[in-house]
Amino acid sequence: MAVQNFEQIFQQKIDDDIRIEPKDWMPEKYRQTLIRQISQHAHSEIVGMLPEGSWISRAPSLKRKQILVAKVQDEAGHGLYLYSAAETLGISRDEMIEQLHSGKAKYSSIFNYPTITWADMGAIGWLVDGAAIMNQVPLCRASYGPYSRAMIRVCKEESFHQRQGFEALLVLSKGTAEQKAMVQDAIDRWWWPSIMMFGPHDAESSNSESSMKWKIKRFSNDELRQRFVDMIAEQVKLLGMTLPDPDLKWNEDTKHYDFGKINWEEFWNVVSGNGPCNKQRLDTRKKAWEEGVWVREAAAAHAEKRKQRVVVKEGIAA
Amino acid sequence: MNLFRKYYYGDYDSMKGNSGEPANTNDKSSGAPEWPLFEIFIRSKQGLDHKHVGSLHAADAQMAVENARDVYTRRQEGVSIWVVESKHIHASNPDEAESFYEPANDKVYRHPTFYDLPDEVDHM
Repeated sequence: MAVQNFEQIFQQKIDDDIRIEPKDWMPEKYRQTLIRQISQHAHSEIVGMLPEGSWISRAPSLKRKQILVAKVQDEAGHGLYLYSAAETLGISRDEMIEQLHSGKAKYSSIFNYPTITWADMGAIGWLVDGAAIMNQVPLCRASYGPYSRAMIRVCKEESFHQRQGFEALLVLSKGTAEQKAMVQDAIDRWWWPSIMMFGPHDAESSNSESSMKWKIKRFSNDELRQRFVDMIAEQVKLLGMTLPDPDLKWNEDTKHYDFGKINWEEFWNVVSGNGPCNKQRLDTRKKAWEEGVWVREAAAAHAEKRKQRVVVKEGIAA
Repeated sequence: MNLFRKYYYGDYDSMKGNSGEPANTNDKSSGAPEWPLFEIFIRSKQGLDHKHVGSLHAADAQMAVENARDVYTRRQEGVSIWVVESKHIHASNPDEAESFYEPANDKVYRHPTFYDLPDEVDHM
């Protein structure tokens, strides 16, 4: 059968909402697009543990510490679900890690911003995880089976992340003047990077068209961003805080919030490696990987020893 | 000739045209091969089947079970875990699915709805 026929059958399946599974024929570009997107997503989960991890030892109470540990542990799990999904497409885990460390693979730029106060933990849960959920919910219906299954698992766990973040801010917003100021400051710093998480405007988004055709993406960057702005613009009122955008205004005609211009220069700067924490984040990951060599070796040696023990036992039994 | 090919879930080596053992790419920092891949099956409660939930790498089966507990049952999703090294799973070939499952297509009489019975017949 000609490749053309395979492509037709493949696209027909996609159009009929039949999921593509690992062993099915798929265009090489589809496979590559998925590997890039899923591995980037996995890297984001793993690097995303770092800004929050540094607050585990400084959480203001045992309760908040437990919550934060649980959340960071979830991110590790999400990274694993996604790495496994990417592996079904023919890339090994080590290759992906190598691509992250060499800078070939990207991760979400949001994690290149520093977390300087406790309120940042709340803002990350509410805004960053909120934006992530907005992106991720439609991915639960992505055309590639293992990806969609991983995303269903991720989304189930993610909603607690957003809720705990908002609740942490809510508590602070009812506190002292300093605590209130801390919340406003965190919102001011995280707002714009959060809405940049939806990626470039549709007109400038290079991968969007084929991803929509292949039902990897179901909504455009701008659509999702607008939904997010509409949602947060209302929620921020409950905190008694404001968003740092003088142009943010309800538009009676469109029934959406209008908002100001996004600073894309900053976005591309951070993507290309010049954000406040790019180097620090990657160095931390590389160090963890390199210093973990002995753990991996010890585990392998221990597994080997355990195997020998079983062999000996079976030998005696026989 | 490749009479018997292994098709398993995280099957990346056969895509590269090999068969048999998984392709262990060397990791550059330690030179050690990747830990083998395990498929994880979880029984969510007594009385239900174990169901495939995903996969993970582990040094051996015991580590796979422990890590599966940490990754897949953090919210009481399971009461029992099976792990199987991915290379031991054999599967039907999706390229042959049409002919492979074809024999069932024309046997409607295997379904209860095939039989037209008078309305008076109860409990059947």
